[in-house]
Amino acid sequence: MITEAREVVRPAPSRWSDTKVDQWIGRLLQAGVLAAAAVVLAGAVALLARSGGAPADFRHFHPERSTLDGLAPIVRGALRLDSAAVVQLGLVLLIATPVARVALTVVVFVLKRDRLYVAITLLVLCLLLYGLLWGRA
Amino acid sequence: MTILAFAGWVALGSFGAGLLGALTGLGGGIVVVPMLTLLFHVDLHYAIGASLVSVIATSSGAAAAYVREGYTNVRAGIFLEVATTVGALAGAALAGIIPTSALAVLFGLVLLYTAYRSLQSHADHIVIAAPHPWAVRLRLDSTFPTAAGLQSYAVQNVPGGFALMFAAGILSALLGIGSGVLKVLAMDRTMKLPFKVSTTTSNFMIGVTAAASAGVYLHRGYIVPAVAFPVMLGVLAGALLGARILGAANTRWLRLLFTGVVVVLAIEMLYKGVGSAL
Repeated sequence: MITEAREVVRPAPSRWSDTKVDQWIGRLLQAGVLAAAAVVLAGAVALLARSGGAPADFRHFHPERSTLDGLAPIVRGALRLDSAAVVQLGLVLLIATPVARVALTVVVFVLKRDRLYVAITLLVLCLLLYGLLWGRA
Repeated sequence: MTILAFAGWVALGSFGAGLLGALTGLGGGIVVVPMLTLLFHVDLHYAIGASLVSVIATSSGAAAAYVREGYTNVRAGIFLEVATTVGALAGAALAGIIPTSALAVLFGLVLLYTAYRSLQSHADHIVIAAPHPWAVRLRLDSTFPTAAGLQSYAVQNVPGGFALMFAAGILSALLGIGSGVLKVLAMDRTMKLPFKVSTTTSNFMIGVTAAASAGVYLHRGYIVPAVAFPVMLGVLAGALLGARILGAANTRWLRLLFTGVVVVLAIEMLYKGVGSAL
């Protein structure tokens, strides 16, 4: 607590940048991953309790059997507490974590008034959202 | 095998992959797909989906444990992410067209190259030459901490690095790997960034690259809960433990062991790919 207070007393203007913000974003990212892992774990325990005794057969690719292949069915299923949908929701949270990182980086560059990098980072963000929301490549 | 037994064994194997990957710095993602397809007879599509998810988890989750202040070049990382995300989306589009046998052969070759690179030593080079004009325009030149204080570096051959990053994005999507080896190659060898800057910036980029194709694969049914959860939880737990005990372990021997595993898997993947094509 004391060291934090001391740092507040001596603010360096360009300190916005780099290490401090990086570490802050890094910690947020790690929290996102741990939250996603907790959701996945909860869903996994329920999934194993419900159908752990069923035979495991993943030898062949059957995309038509997958009902959890969009954000809407995953959220609906998770709200009904369907265990597979809860696992899938955790995986979506995980995939969203780096996307959130890029979004925060946009904010950082806006605060630094770095127009070129606001544009570059926004481009990356749009590409990621395109893949995640529409699922087209 | 029941779902329960499958999950248990896959989680155990993934834990080992994550642990060795973190301790050797090679990442566990590269062995997850061969393990799932060769050992557990999982379809390549499901294996790639599960592996990509674990790559995001280790890149984002263990990253904070490796935070070395002042090494990551955020601008270079963001700029090159344009190339890797476009590459990843292109790779995801190609994945539906390329036959599985060709993917297995490609995987075998990438594994062999990874083994070759892991046995090479990395000397930190300091380039005094003038930076590439694009590096000036994009303000990519930066500094990194050394024992003697902050050392500045000039970034070279930006178009070459950008092109290699595009290839790294394609490979990441096609094979479900982080392609950290290729990313480091692009920055360290082509753009002449210092080695430590290259590895930390590569780790910064891996999760974003993998998220681009994972989003597409989610919609295509590549990501199934029963395969993805043991891989993700296993690799993440292994990587977090690996980051904790890094320094206490003898990484030289572990690196040799991991390289040996990678070579064996490479031969098996090549054999499987060529065999199924005949």
